[in-house]
Amino acid sequence: MTARRGARSEPASELELFPAAEPPLPPPQRLVEEPLPSYVGSATYPGETAEAAIAVSTLTETARDILEGAFIPIWVRGEITDFKAHRNGHWYFGLRDSRAQIRCVVWNRDQRRIPAPPDDGMLVAAFGRLTVYPARGEMQFTIVRLEAEGDGLRRKALEVTRARLAADGLLAPERKRALPRFARVIAVVTSPDGAALHDIIAVIRRRRAQVRLVVVPAAVQGDAAPNELCYALDQINRWRGADLVIVSRGGGSREDMWAFNNERVARAVAACYAPTISAVGHEVDLSICDLVADYRAPTPSAAAEAATLSKTELESELRRAAHRLQASIAAKFSADYDHLRHAARDLVSAAVRQTSTRRASLERVSGRLHALSPLATMARGYSVARGADGRALTTAAQFSEDMPFDLVLRDGTIPAKAWPRNEPAP
Amino acid sequence: MAAKRARTLTFEERLARLEQIASELDAESVDLAKALSLFEEGIEHLRTAAAELATAEATVQRLVERADGTFGVTDAE
Repeated sequence: MTARRGARSEPASELELFPAAEPPLPPPQRLVEEPLPSYVGSATYPGETAEAAIAVSTLTETARDILEGAFIPIWVRGEITDFKAHRNGHWYFGLRDSRAQIRCVVWNRDQRRIPAPPDDGMLVAAFGRLTVYPARGEMQFTIVRLEAEGDGLRRKALEVTRARLAADGLLAPERKRALPRFARVIAVVTSPDGAALHDIIAVIRRRRAQVRLVVVPAAVQGDAAPNELCYALDQINRWRGADLVIVSRGGGSREDMWAFNNERVARAVAACYAPTISAVGHEVDLSICDLVADYRAPTPSAAAEAATLSKTELESELRRAAHRLQASIAAKFSADYDHLRHAARDLVSAAVRQTSTRRASLERVSGRLHALSPLATMARGYSVARGADGRALTTAAQFSEDMPFDLVLRDGTIPAKAWPRNEPAP
Repeated sequence: MAAKRARTLTFEERLARLEQIASELDAESVDLAKALSLFEEGIEHLRTAAAELATAEATVQRLVERADGTFGVTDAE
């Protein structure tokens, strides 16, 4: 009995529950330890006679020890009534059915395993231990796990978290960032030994994707998971070496995946400097992380597909670029050829135009020349004398005795010679 | 441009540059000499990217935070 008592560790704050009107009780005294007063007289056990009466605390504490010894921790079902989250951090409420009721407590330290505080009227199954709260002399059920009908507590927790994230705008579609087409370094937040990482690596190898995967280990289930996931995301934010972040875990029970519905984890995902892919569980599992991430992949493998381009895809990208370049340079040259051809045509036609105008003017001029030509005069019967030097001889003084000259006629030239000049007439 | 070509471009940057080159070639105003040099640059990018594609492989590493707050990666396999 003494050892059990020593193992009890109720929070000291439990007493704060009750107003000062009820002063703290003196240190409890034990049934077996209580020295029997000398006046007990004929009593053979404590409490047998008025003289041997035991203290109230002895009674309640003995009851507690007996109750605790009689019941192993068990599941109890009932309806929540009169729920209060006290400012000391503990939850107090009643659990009842049509005929009975019992006072219940959930200590602060046990609450993190429970998705959300229950509401009055909720039908729940509670796992805990029956005890007595000696200060009140009341039976109390100390609960460590709580499950509501229809998974009500988780639904409530999801709704609450979702509403809080939505209120901060973290679920807005316009917040979603596009994934990089060519991620070179992908940080993967997951368990280093998990199926998720195995699947992601397998997909990347199969696609011969040219990326660097950098694993940032974190527990993906259990009590430590939220903290470790947040820490891993924080490390990535300080490192800044990744183009893309995948947060992932393989399939499992709803409870296993619960860390990905944690509000702090969701906020850490939202705060990530790089675009994020959330891949938690299977197709049917939708987590709060999925809602916050830039892209939700139904499975870890699908995340790897979305995050990378296969070697074949990269090659076709390159081929496309090559074709584009070729087409552009070809178009460039053909355009230049066209220019040249046009220029050549223009030049030729300009030249042709030029020649034809000139010919026309030439003909005009030659017509006029013809009209003025002495040849035309000669055609009418005149002739011209020309000296040996070809010049026309137009005055008598130009002639000397026996001087040869040409007489040019309409149809030919006659060699001629000047006769001695007649004496000028007297 | 020379400085840009000197440092190693990523596959993505090469593709972007190739796209840019093609657009420049499409522009009317580019003269032939310039067009040829752009084309040569493009071919060079294509060759390098194809060579890189042929050799590169996926790697798996693990992020390690050192005591001084700096980060490194180690091979995870």
